[in-house]
Amino acid sequence: MIKRVAIVGIGTTGFRPVTPDVSFRELIFEAARKAYTDAGMEPSEIDGFITTAEDFMEGYSIADEYCPDQIGAVLKPTQTIPGDFIQGMATGYMMIMTGAYRTIAIEAHSKASNMKNISELMGFAQDPVYNRPLRETPHAVAGLEMTRYLFESAASSEQCAQVVVKNKMNAMRNPYAAFGAEITEGDVLASEPVSLPLHRLDIAPHADGAVVAVLADEDTANTLCETPIWIEGIGWSTDTPTLEMRDWGEAAYARLSAEMAYRMAGIENPAALIDFAEICDEYSYKELQHMEALKLCMPGEAAYMLESGATSYQGELPINISGGARGVGHLFEASGAHKILELVEQLRGHAGARQIPDVNVGLAQVWRGVPTATGAVAILSNM
Amino acid sequence: MKLEDFELGGTHLKSSDFKQGKVLTTEWEPNLKYAWDNGVAIGRYLAELKAGRIIARICHKCDRIMLPPRMFCELCFRPTDEWMYVKDTGVINTFSIAKVNWDASRRGPKEPPLLPAVIEIDGASEGMGIMHMLGEVNPKDLKIGMKVKAVWKKPEDRTGSITDILYFKPVTAKRKTKTKAAPKAGGKR
Repeated sequence: MIKRVAIVGIGTTGFRPVTPDVSFRELIFEAARKAYTDAGMEPSEIDGFITTAEDFMEGYSIADEYCPDQIGAVLKPTQTIPGDFIQGMATGYMMIMTGAYRTIAIEAHSKASNMKNISELMGFAQDPVYNRPLRETPHAVAGLEMTRYLFESAASSEQCAQVVVKNKMNAMRNPYAAFGAEITEGDVLASEPVSLPLHRLDIAPHADGAVVAVLADEDTANTLCETPIWIEGIGWSTDTPTLEMRDWGEAAYARLSAEMAYRMAGIENPAALIDFAEICDEYSYKELQHMEALKLCMPGEAAYMLESGATSYQGELPINISGGARGVGHLFEASGAHKILELVEQLRGHAGARQIPDVNVGLAQVWRGVPTATGAVAILSNM
Repeated sequence: MKLEDFELGGTHLKSSDFKQGKVLTTEWEPNLKYAWDNGVAIGRYLAELKAGRIIARICHKCDRIMLPPRMFCELCFRPTDEWMYVKDTGVINTFSIAKVNWDASRRGPKEPPLLPAVIEIDGASEGMGIMHMLGEVNPKDLKIGMKVKAVWKKPEDRTGSITDILYFKPVTAKRKTKTKAAPKAGGKR
């Protein structure tokens, strides 16, 4: 019986606002080749492949048909999960646990720069009968949520702006991140209002990039590498798509996916056991809301924890050391992949200037963006 | 409960109800736009088409001359090595005789059928080439293995697109084409 599944290889192109020099295939090839070389494998030795993509984001119908060549999956079992990388990783985890596959490669990418009217595309995700005829900006869904979250948690717009300041500063140490900058709370609050209380700088800009990871069962992982990064827990969940009925204050999808992952990992007190976390901050308030949903602090305490410096680079529970989505950019279905990449680099001790000392357990959490209420959580360890 | 109890009901509709606008539907026309980065391989391929040439890419490990060109070999899973011009002639691998258009409308009785074909290009590895249209040919004469040659747009009309070639037409048996080794193209990736 398979007991554990590990990440044995990972590769990336890094993340940039635009990538006009390469096609999506060339982008993905680079990440895939680096991942397989990192794992010490050829794609011919990998049993199955999972890509993550949405047709409308690719601009192709049946986009999954276009995935095999650039990941080395020609004539091999391959499938596409229309969800985040962490959801794809959950599928790969389950495939290995069946015992039918020893190794699975997972791919995610963003070519956001090739979508020429992202606002329209995101608006197209809204319910066509109830919501779309109102012609609201998709960011309004986040604006509505921020208003309710601030009301329930007593956090402030200023504190949300501090999330942006922290994460953009963290990104300065991350060579993969394109949006590192030293800014102030005032800069965020003075940036153009979008859908208040959201300002422009509260919202992550988009970025391009690809990540590929190789998963393996315990025996294979131990033969392939010295430091397999174990998947201790993984979970995912979806709240209602109906905006009229959703719980706007609490990110229920994040709480439920974390509970699933904690149960699997046998974690009872996440705040004490988890050394660092990469969590979704696509909108500034999301980092605080997600911290509470993930039980990394008590409800209503996230903003105080942030202000105390506990989630900073040198704090007790560093959050978004990579720079998060505010520092790296929003990567659509590759958002979870960038978080897993950061966890693997930190847990291997390969994170260079941003390495957190003595880390053993990391948490990655992702949300699929407006107007979704879907998220996923993975807990990785190096022990 | 009986299974029928789970049915949510509704009203029986007649076609007149639709005509009279009694049945409400919600319409939406998506306005989605994309501009895909061609990247290294397809970028060069299109630039060469604009110049009236067809270019392929070689993988030295498996010795395939790939057309359309690609910067990585999907079989050896490594970067490819070299550019190479191939000819604008080839043979028909397969074809079809299309009597309907892209939008599923039927072509008129006086409109000739469209003739999509996969053409294995001379100089590229076996089984590789260009998917294009055939022209200047009676559909009844089409055969697998038929030799064809590209008919290009005028240089000033070319835009760097697969449509810079108008179509492929049969090469008449009389005009003998000697197969010469295609010249290697300069430039690195």
